[in-house]
Amino acid sequence: MKKATAITVLLGAGAITAGAVFAEPVEDNLVVNGQIEMTTWTEAPDAVEGKLPEVISGWHFRGTETRAMQADDFDNPGMIFVEDAQESWSTVQGDAGKSCASCHEDVADSMKGVRAVYPKWNEDAEEVRTLEMQVNACRTGNMEAEPLKYTGTEMTSMIALISSVSRGMPVDVATDGPVSETWEAGKELYYTRTGQLELSCANCHEDNYGRMIRADHLSQGQINGFPVYRLKNTKLNAVHARFKGCVRDTRAETFAPGSPEFVALELYVASRGNGLSVEGPSVRN
Amino acid sequence: MAENVRPRVKAPRKASAGEEVTIKTLISHPMESGQRKDADGNTIPRSIIHRFTCEFNGEMVVDVAMEPAISTNPYFEFEAVVPEAGDFKFTWYDDDGSVYEETSSVALA
Amino acid sequence: MTLTRRNVMVMGAGAFVAFGLPMSASAAAEDAIAEFTGGADMGSEGVTLTAPEIAENGNTVPIEIDAPGAEAVMILAMGNPTPGVAEFKFGPLAASQSASTRIRLAGTQDVVAVARMKDGSFAKASSNVKVTIGGCGG
Repeated sequence: MKKATAITVLLGAGAITAGAVFAEPVEDNLVVNGQIEMTTWTEAPDAVEGKLPEVISGWHFRGTETRAMQADDFDNPGMIFVEDAQESWSTVQGDAGKSCASCHEDVADSMKGVRAVYPKWNEDAEEVRTLEMQVNACRTGNMEAEPLKYTGTEMTSMIALISSVSRGMPVDVATDGPVSETWEAGKELYYTRTGQLELSCANCHEDNYGRMIRADHLSQGQINGFPVYRLKNTKLNAVHARFKGCVRDTRAETFAPGSPEFVALELYVASRGNGLSVEGPSVRN
Repeated sequence: MAENVRPRVKAPRKASAGEEVTIKTLISHPMESGQRKDADGNTIPRSIIHRFTCEFNGEMVVDVAMEPAISTNPYFEFEAVVPEAGDFKFTWYDDDGSVYEETSSVALA
Repeated sequence: MTLTRRNVMVMGAGAFVAFGLPMSASAAAEDAIAEFTGGADMGSEGVTLTAPEIAENGNTVPIEIDAPGAEAVMILAMGNPTPGVAEFKFGPLAASQSASTRIRLAGTQDVVAVARMKDGSFAKASSNVKVTIGGCGG
């Protein structure tokens, strides 16, 4: 056997155990409905200065057909849920006899820009709130309605509706001032190894994005595309549901959706994507 | 009736006589394949949409016999000729006997 | 990524681990074809089947068929527990005998499209789609 062939075979054999292959995220341009221009690849924001050379949306790590599905609101199955939520928006719920529309009127006007700045500090409640928390606060406080299950279909569809009207706008969550303590807690969680597999978020999404993990193309773990319609379960998935899955995959006891740990983590991870466009609802594998 | 089944159609509102147009259809439906098992290990029975048809002014455009291998939220894209002004009629037939319909009118440009 | 022999070997080795063993055509699939064609021969020209080489996820795989002049096109997933996928009948107001849809594939396998032409002849196209196991926990 020629020397070059022998080395290649040995390297091939070694690669079965090493398993790491790098594949460039695909260069492509996302314009939704021929109208909404998305920023999906941009310079690193402050939160990841020195850690990531640039920030890249999960969209670039998916295959051709999957990327195409997100480019048209009819092809994007996530929009079915947005339509459902549009109906809920105008439906009276709760003892106060109000619907979301009673106070907020047209969702496209009143909610424009909202997704882009959440999670954020709520002065009256003196806490960091995620969008889900704010929806439930409105429901229980203003509508006198039952709170929605944090990662249930009804809530996630509503979050998708609110996200959809901010598509194309840059994510811009605050990391200083009253939120800084929560942000620091989220950052610590991001870099802490957990579980039997002893993996931190950073081990995959910062140190190894672009690599193949088995047959999956690892992304930077950005959340600008949430809620996500996953081809795998053909439904919308919320941020905390995805966090829960990831932590479970390291074979650790996972935190609960809505827990302070996940709220802090969501704030931190959102800040890592500052500058990328809000894409939700997006389509991923 | 399967819950929350919502048909959606994308078809042009105007066309010139004889124009070829692209039609897209989507219907939210779980398409339970009959292969899955529930938490107790019992097979969840099959319950899918088994047929989709598209007509224009009563004439057939496409008639699809569907099996469990069609994904959840069945999606179809196809092309139709619009010979005159009229209505596209879309019909989905569910295993449980339900029939879902959607109509889309086309005016002559 | 530059395609050197080293990279191709590495990709190949990793790919085998990721894709697993392909699923072979079932007897039911062959029967379904025989029933559709009545046992007639199938030409290789006349129907185009477009499917991804590697499916992002086996649960939702976009495919397209195009068979100019066909009356009906049957699609089969040769390695699925039940091979039938769909049968498209094209009527007088179909502008073309083409359609796109999204299907479920249980594993790496051949997807086959058989077209029955207006003149009674048959044509067949086949596409091998690799269905992958995801990253951590899929």
